[in-house]
Amino acid sequence: MPLLKIENLSKSFGGLKAVSNLNIEINQGELIGLIGPNGAGKTTVFNLLTGVYDKTEGKMTFRDKNVSGLKPYQVTQQGMARTFQNIRLFSDLSVIDNVKIAYHQRNSYSMTSALLRLPSYYSGEEEMQRKAMDLLKIFNLEDKAEETAKNLPYGEQRRLEIARALGTEPKLLLLDEPAAGMNPQETHDLMNLIRWVREQFKLTILLIEHDMSLVMGVCERIYVLDYGTIIAQGAPDEIKSNPKVIEAYLGEEVV
Amino acid sequence: MRKMRNWFNRKNIVSLLGILLLYAVIQGLIVFDIMPPFYKLTLIQICIYIILATSLNLINGITGQFSIGHAGFMAIGAYISAIITAIQHGPLFLGLIAGAVAAALAGFLVGLPTLRLKGDYLAIATLGFGEIVRIIFLNTDYVGGAAGFTLPSTITWTWAFGLMAVSVVLMKNFVGSTHGRACISIRENEIAAESMGVNTTKYKVIAFTMGAFFAGLAGGIYANYFYIIQPMTFNFLLSFNILVMIVLGGLGSMTGGIIGAIVMTLASALLAGVPEWRNVITAVLLVLMMIFRPTGIMGTKEFTLNFLGKKSEKNAASKN
Repeated sequence: MPLLKIENLSKSFGGLKAVSNLNIEINQGELIGLIGPNGAGKTTVFNLLTGVYDKTEGKMTFRDKNVSGLKPYQVTQQGMARTFQNIRLFSDLSVIDNVKIAYHQRNSYSMTSALLRLPSYYSGEEEMQRKAMDLLKIFNLEDKAEETAKNLPYGEQRRLEIARALGTEPKLLLLDEPAAGMNPQETHDLMNLIRWVREQFKLTILLIEHDMSLVMGVCERIYVLDYGTIIAQGAPDEIKSNPKVIEAYLGEEVV
Repeated sequence: MRKMRNWFNRKNIVSLLGILLLYAVIQGLIVFDIMPPFYKLTLIQICIYIILATSLNLINGITGQFSIGHAGFMAIGAYISAIITAIQHGPLFLGLIAGAVAAALAGFLVGLPTLRLKGDYLAIATLGFGEIVRIIFLNTDYVGGAAGFTLPSTITWTWAFGLMAVSVVLMKNFVGSTHGRACISIRENEIAAESMGVNTTKYKVIAFTMGAFFAGLAGGIYANYFYIIQPMTFNFLLSFNILVMIVLGGLGSMTGGIIGAIVMTLASALLAGVPEWRNVITAVLLVLMMIFRPTGIMGTKEFTLNFLGKKSEKNAASKN
């Protein structure tokens, strides 16, 4: 049984079919890439998966549960976490608070014990602080825990966003263009980080990316999306030589 | 061995002593007649406005939902508590709590549909709510219509200060918890908050209901101190006044809201001698504020006793 199964997923905005008849299957532990030209509908697929948009047709099954129609926070509670194409940190909060918010959904104390400061509040906060700090250590951000998130350099903001997503303790991580705006060195480091995170957290990852070196470098399987439909899928090498993909990216040869 | 953490840490004890000391000093000034009676009135006004400002800050500053109907919740608290204490001759405490609960209920019912609205639209909806409440009381003969009704002044300085301190501590505890952080995350980025597993609708409604509860409590204190309540008191100018306090003090800062409430109430009392200039001076102050420090006095920062907490944590760490 695949971890995530998308069947005949479609989404229309008025007369525009952003995604049509999409079928994707992801197995436990895989690292899958979703690529395609600008406007192909990649981010729409993420937004459908995470409940930001409601699908027009189709079915999404995650860990044997139907997740279509769930609200974004419910999808996250099911174990699916995402990052955003344009970074969406809680920019005026400290780095550690950003991560602590991710642990909120698994918090162990009630509102009453927060208001009255019962012992469970103190132990709960302590545990959250410890978990968040451990996560920041993994991402080499522990020295910046108290810094305001918006003051971090761009690459670290990207890292923090991934760390924050991992704070929700997901089974499936969705990365929306994690290398956008990074230089080749940063992209290379990110590649290693993604691989390492997958091993460490036993994650399944689905990533959208424009940077071909990153996609071809880390992904085991790639889906190519164009005009809302899958035009090709397979291993990186197959995708590289697939004429349909070349056509989608470079245009048809004029004879 | 992990140390059992509870309420008794250095930071909390210093805070508690600070609150008691503040109370004792002012109580001393009153008992020994050093403070003129006029200022006692100002003190109680300050207590009322601190509750109002921090509770509105919970909605506007912490959760980022722009509400300007706070006078409406205050009116509900004032009228319900006044009905219980003056007309039904119930005990004061029961009246205050009933007023606050009624306001919270109204907040919940109003918040559920209107918190789907964003920005200006929510502001308009809450403004409308405030006016509706006022007009309902204006047209209810049971509570005296436009003339309002009189009631005995039973709130003492001790009551006002005690209720203010408890309210502020409860709200501060909320903001400093994971539930408060969930509210702050909504203010910071609603889409990201939702994708981090925060049920944004739930927390918006919680913040709104809690804000309404304390506004209702403040209304109850007001009604049971000032001898008379009239619908005109709870007009939208009052809502704006509270809003000005939190903007002045710093949206999103609980201590900022307190400072804003104190500054505005004191300014209003000190300028009572020159009533024709009062509004001009406060307006000029606000304009200058917006030019030189648009984030308000405190911004989103808090005045905390964290330096004490850190010290004791370090001590605890070195002992382990």
